[in-house]
Amino acid sequence: MLGKLDWSVIPFGQPIPLIAGAVVLVGILAVLIWVIVKGHLPYLWHEWITSVDHKRIGVMYILLASVMLLRGGSDAIMMRIQQAIAYQSQGYLPPEHYNQIFSAHGTIMIFFVAMPFVIGLMNLVVPLQLGVRDVAFPTLNSVGFWLTATGALLVNLSLVIGEFARTGWLAFPPLSELSYSPGVGVDYYAWSLQISGVGTLVAGINLVTTVLKLRTKGMNYLRMPMFCWTTLASNLLIVAAFPILTATLAMLLLDRYLGFHFFTNEAGGNVMMFMNLIWAWGHPEVYILVLPAFGIFSEVVSTFSGKALFGYRSMVLATMAICIISFMVWLHHFFTMGAGPDVNAIFGIASMIIAVPTGVKIYNWLFTMYGGRIRFATPMLWAVGFMVTFIIGGLTGVLVAVPPADFMLHNSMFLVAHFHNVIIGGVLFGAFAGFEYWFPKAFGFRLDERWGKLAFWFTFSGFYVTFLPLYVAGMLGMTRRMQHYDVAEWRPWMIVAAIGMAVLSIGVICQIMQLVVSIRNREALRDRTGDPWDGRSLEWATSSPPPVFNFAFHPDVRGEDAYWDIKIHAQQQSLEHTAPEYHDIEMPRNSPTGFVCAFFATIMGFALIWHIWWMVILGGIGAFATFVVFAWRDHDEYVIPADEVARIDRINLEERRSLVSMAGAI
Amino acid sequence: MNLLDPQGPVAAANSTILVDSVFIMLAIVVPTIFAILAFAFWFRASNPKARFQPDFVYSGRVEMVVWAIPALTVILLGGVAWIGSHKLDPAAPVPGTGSPVRIQAVSLDWKWLFIYPDQRIATVNTLTVPAGAELNFQLTSSSVMNTFFIPQLGSMIYTMNGMVTRLNLRADNEGKLQGLSAHFSGDGFPDMMFDVNVVSSLAFPDWVATTAKTDAVLNEDSYKKLMQQGIETGRPTYRLEDPRLFDLISTQHIPPGPGPELLSDAGRPHSGGHDAR
Repeated sequence: MLGKLDWSVIPFGQPIPLIAGAVVLVGILAVLIWVIVKGHLPYLWHEWITSVDHKRIGVMYILLASVMLLRGGSDAIMMRIQQAIAYQSQGYLPPEHYNQIFSAHGTIMIFFVAMPFVIGLMNLVVPLQLGVRDVAFPTLNSVGFWLTATGALLVNLSLVIGEFARTGWLAFPPLSELSYSPGVGVDYYAWSLQISGVGTLVAGINLVTTVLKLRTKGMNYLRMPMFCWTTLASNLLIVAAFPILTATLAMLLLDRYLGFHFFTNEAGGNVMMFMNLIWAWGHPEVYILVLPAFGIFSEVVSTFSGKALFGYRSMVLATMAICIISFMVWLHHFFTMGAGPDVNAIFGIASMIIAVPTGVKIYNWLFTMYGGRIRFATPMLWAVGFMVTFIIGGLTGVLVAVPPADFMLHNSMFLVAHFHNVIIGGVLFGAFAGFEYWFPKAFGFRLDERWGKLAFWFTFSGFYVTFLPLYVAGMLGMTRRMQHYDVAEWRPWMIVAAIGMAVLSIGVICQIMQLVVSIRNREALRDRTGDPWDGRSLEWATSSPPPVFNFAFHPDVRGEDAYWDIKIHAQQQSLEHTAPEYHDIEMPRNSPTGFVCAFFATIMGFALIWHIWWMVILGGIGAFATFVVFAWRDHDEYVIPADEVARIDRINLEERRSLVSMAGAI
Repeated sequence: MNLLDPQGPVAAANSTILVDSVFIMLAIVVPTIFAILAFAFWFRASNPKARFQPDFVYSGRVEMVVWAIPALTVILLGGVAWIGSHKLDPAAPVPGTGSPVRIQAVSLDWKWLFIYPDQRIATVNTLTVPAGAELNFQLTSSSVMNTFFIPQLGSMIYTMNGMVTRLNLRADNEGKLQGLSAHFSGDGFPDMMFDVNVVSSLAFPDWVATTAKTDAVLNEDSYKKLMQQGIETGRPTYRLEDPRLFDLISTQHIPPGPGPELLSDAGRPHSGGHDAR
């Protein structure tokens, strides 16, 4: 009846996951009770859960990523403490627990922190930058988000029901095959990623279509803000790469569930095939994450330097070059497989070639700052911190692309330090910069600068104190994923890294404080103009937060930096707006499709993990029925009358006009 | 285990390439970081001396330079990578004095088995080699993937079940080194460290002779016992009954090692974990 499920799967004997699980459960219950008692449930349901507004969905993605960042960060803290104390001892985490933690840390940080964070920012900002009213497929957008949330839920469920994978975040066979991992851990891993992978693919298709098909008047490809270009590149990669992940995991699941032999030791299975396939997805994935971050930095550096982006066309070229080359380098993840010198050398050189467009980007940001008037608001601090940090990560990255050097550094702590250097220094700094930069747009008030700067300095210095010692440990021969070790010379570096982790944690606490303080002082921090940073692209041309329809009129774009041109134009001619003629606007209706679909997907995923076949069928039918009901809908749009549009737009116009006249006075 | 303190020609060449590559890149990276900090500082909004040039958004010359700098660096490093990959191909011979020593390494759950087919002996978790001689490794795995790595001798390589990888090394100085598995392979993974004793070429035959006198015999049966999951704290040595044992393993005539003992409820969180401690 309940498959593999019984009371023994709850780890009563292990205090750490049990207490963590209990705390989370109490937290969720407390929030639920608060929501219901205060009567916020209808508001949440109508305005957020069923919302198909790209801005709301973007915010929910970022919220999900932030919560998961805390979970993944807790895993990181536990690992650093374990390695600091597990010298000639077992530390406080037994291997079966430690191995789950590093697997969960990697899985969560990539799939449920970095991915939703960048997809959230793209969702929030790209339609605004393109001057349009929503993404191409609004309801699908909601489905994508909720399926991602399903994946995150399943991963966290494994904390208290059963176990998570103990195989590392890519679950290499044959270790991840049934014979060596008989538990449900790998199943949790694979089904979470299958379900959230569908969500990601949907989001990718949606954003590609949005950028290609929905641009406002005059918004040529070569007038798009840099962030839209990197969004396009990143989502093209999603569309091309995520099906590979889905297929690879499907093969692994066939091995595990139906006795196939794609990657087993027996019957002609081949692990090298898995390595190739997973990295054919895995390497583009790195660029899926970092390209949007490059876009964010382009916007931030240009805005806060008070200049257009230097070498715009060169940047576009570099972005698309990275997009294409990133598909041709996957083999550098396993130079040590013994593929032969020609293959290794060719993939090594191809990997280095990516450093060229990336280097060009760094120099173009540098020359954007040259001759600028740089304001060091928090987003700009993250940007400069990124440039310095990312160059170091780039150096070590090119180093491990040299096969003979990689023969010494592969899988070492040096490698761990390298990819944290580019993922924290690139993606996470980018996500934080974008968060600080676009928060006023999403919520209508700025974030507190003092706490923001503290968060930056703690995170920045904490990063170096944590990860420079790992570079050293790697040079001392230390490999990754060691639950304990007996080598005395590694010990001091592990202790320093643990101290660095504490500093990093203070950075995260400052970030939370910033949010709390800013919400409390929101009236003082209110931005009424919609343009708090003196921005250059169209998202700043509407109010903060933007009305549901984003723009009363589709903006007319006449060059790069569309909104900057409009502002200059308005100042020079001191235009008195003639009262514009407003029209009715059609917007997509809210839909519970995404939430209901994800609800059934959760049931199905859970049932598949535990082999509860009747429940699998139930979940499958439910998800399909939801889709059918949605497909047969009659009304999917509603009309906002012209009067209402006019009323909303006039409020914003007043504020904006006073801003323009003030700016004219300077 | 310092990578910058190599004890053999492969490691020495690896680390030379490593250090050279770092310096080639530092020549570009350090000035760039300096420029970022300098520009950011000088062009701060509060500096009245900095000239505001909002129209400096394109310059063909600058573009030329910024594409050329990384491109030239990569051309240089690409050359290093091409030549290095060929010279330091793990399968390439590493000439040494005396006759080469053949060693067949098998990664087990969770220990290393070293078979000396010519000497008809085998050891677990300790590798004894003569200084100065070429070491020909053939490697495979009894079950899951591992990576064979002796940091101070250089060049790691995967071990995979049903496949044989090749690696040639040489140890130049007598002494004790350490090796490890550099690819996560399950609960006992951290205990896959092994000792490497580099002895003089004169002492090596003596060690072989002593080891060959051992009572324990390695054959298919004792190998199957050895490949059960678990860690090995001792340093057992064996006489080798059949010098073709390695081939039987790598061609799967001896089937792959079993995983954790299957408990009736496979969903249990701890299955297989207790062996590791």
